[in-house]
Amino acid sequence: MKRFSIVRHWKIFFTITVLFLLIGYGSMIFRGFNMGIDFTGGSIMDLEFAKPVQVSQVRDVLDKHDLGNAVIQLESSDANVKEARGVLIRTAVISDDNRKAVMNDMQSALGGYQIRRVENVGATIGGELVQQAVIAILLSWVLMILYITIRFQFKFAIAAIIALMIDVSNTLSCFSLLQLEIDSSFVAALLTVVGYSINGTIVIFDRIRENLKVHRRSETVTDMIDNSIWSTMTRTCYTTITSLFAVIAIFLFGGATIHNFSFAMLAGFVSGAYTSILLAGPLWLFLQGKHAGD
Amino acid sequence: MRWNELGKFLIVAFAIIGGFCMYIRPLASTVKQGLDLQGGTHVVLQAEDTPQLKVNDDALDRATHIIERRVNALGLTEPVVQRQGRDRIIVELPGVKDPEKAINMLGKTAMLEFKDPQGKTVLNGMDLKDAKATMGNGNRPTVNLEFTDEGARKFADVTARNVGKQIAITLDGEILTNPVVQEAITGGRAQITGERTMEDANHLAILLRSGSLPVKLEVIENRTVGPTLGQDSKEASQKAFLIGVAGVFVFMLVFYRLSGLVADIALLLYTMLLLLLMRYLNATLTLPGMAGIILSIGMAVDANVLIFERFKEEIRNGRSLRKAMDSGFSRAMTTILDSNITTLMACLVLFYLGTGPVKGFAITLALGVLLSMFSAVTVSRFLLKFLINADITKNPFWFGMFRHSGQEVAGK
Repeated sequence: MKRFSIVRHWKIFFTITVLFLLIGYGSMIFRGFNMGIDFTGGSIMDLEFAKPVQVSQVRDVLDKHDLGNAVIQLESSDANVKEARGVLIRTAVISDDNRKAVMNDMQSALGGYQIRRVENVGATIGGELVQQAVIAILLSWVLMILYITIRFQFKFAIAAIIALMIDVSNTLSCFSLLQLEIDSSFVAALLTVVGYSINGTIVIFDRIRENLKVHRRSETVTDMIDNSIWSTMTRTCYTTITSLFAVIAIFLFGGATIHNFSFAMLAGFVSGAYTSILLAGPLWLFLQGKHAGD
Repeated sequence: MRWNELGKFLIVAFAIIGGFCMYIRPLASTVKQGLDLQGGTHVVLQAEDTPQLKVNDDALDRATHIIERRVNALGLTEPVVQRQGRDRIIVELPGVKDPEKAINMLGKTAMLEFKDPQGKTVLNGMDLKDAKATMGNGNRPTVNLEFTDEGARKFADVTARNVGKQIAITLDGEILTNPVVQEAITGGRAQITGERTMEDANHLAILLRSGSLPVKLEVIENRTVGPTLGQDSKEASQKAFLIGVAGVFVFMLVFYRLSGLVADIALLLYTMLLLLLMRYLNATLTLPGMAGIILSIGMAVDANVLIFERFKEEIRNGRSLRKAMDSGFSRAMTTILDSNITTLMACLVLFYLGTGPVKGFAITLALGVLLSMFSAVTVSRFLLKFLINADITKNPFWFGMFRHSGQEVAGK
């Protein structure tokens, strides 16, 4: 059976990747990111309705003004209560006119209410926290490089880390291109992407490591890598599909406030599968200073 | 058919499934949830001018910072500290047991002073380097103070001049302790005793460590609020998550048949153990924690997929079911170990260096990975052994093979 040689077509995949990265970096530089209220601060509205209201009713009204992912908290002593009169709403900074329109809509949809306070609020995540997170993540990569170097070899480690960096920047690119809001849960989504990506890459490298031991001279390194990728293909597909189940379900049916969270994972998982299957192997060969066909 | 082995399988399988059905709800409801999933206490602090300092932007920023340090020192998972308007600070704490104590602590100015017998302030909070609560002599909660170099010099000087007299340590003007100086203290250390509980001592230590507030803060509001994720979003997402996991279960059954059933049973056990461990460790579940769980479920399923795919390879190489299963497990093991240990390494760093969401993610992922090695590898191995030994079928189709369906393999 003649199957598609991934390694021999490395030029295609490298080009696609570089293209994606360039578009992504371009967007990150020129469009930047749409940071959510966790980072930028915003407005807080503290309302007391005449009749009890539900979170979803308030969200429906806000949604008409593009504020559907606002933080809406009911005031009550029981956490599982479905409706209450006191409602705390945190949104991005909105103009006075806009706020008046929202308030009017609220009145007509949900009845009378009293405004207890409307004020600007600061960020909940400061630069310090972001910096700490970045340092922690980078150091965790160093440790991963160390472990993979011990168990495999240094070049495997570098290829794996490059693959996961590409996944992280692809996810970031998606958020910059689509100007999706980045909130505090984004970092957790990114970490999930990293974990998923490294897992997928290691499985393929593990097979290459195993095949290296029984490698015959008649077989080229290129073929050996291709064999390794293809013999783990069913596993890669099954694992990708099952991982996507939960993420797609949350993306489609989950609430408005975690829509972006699940999208980040979705984008990252797809990128992770792509880099594990199509990039990691050729990348390792490339780092060896060899070319496809050797 | 060997009823003995089949019996073993059925007993274990039903025990796990039965346990899951009975205990999953009570278990899930006892794991603590964070501000985003469960809600908590919403506190508003109002800054007021003091004779020394008017409330301004800078003062409020500094106060917010100090409050942040105090809240973080309480060890609560992912609290929110936020400036509101010109002169207020919002603090949201996830389900605190005893919010009053924590809240009272937040608003304390925490001005520490050491006063000599004449009532003159000789040292203050600026001279402190660190404060720690410990169980002191005779099981008395004690706060150990450590001075800065300059503070230590001043303290040695003051104690030398006042041997046999009393030196008062006061917090916001209230006397905490008023010991008689026995001899000059040159080590740069002092102790405060007299706190009634360890918790009180700990709160005092936190206050001293975080420094005194530049302005006076008054608690003007204190109420219970729902999850920041929104009750509606939370419910929708819970449902969606269950749909997704159900999809995984069905997928495993369809693609791996009996092996898939075993993987599903192992996954049920895994879920129970994870919740049990989180409850035992008193961990708080948040959205980032859920991300960790999603990844660890993915890795648990992946471990089983790796094993079953190896098994299929071995069958294709002409092995018997039993031999294929054994070598499937042992050959997949290095892969599973390497990928899981790499993940654990990352978790370790993220746990120790990370804060907030990063830490929450690292805890659940690490627990999940450790447990999945037990459930997805050990438990499913035993269950599959029972099933194969039970000799229900020799058709590898029932263990996930497609191409060889219908073809029996050698018995032993």
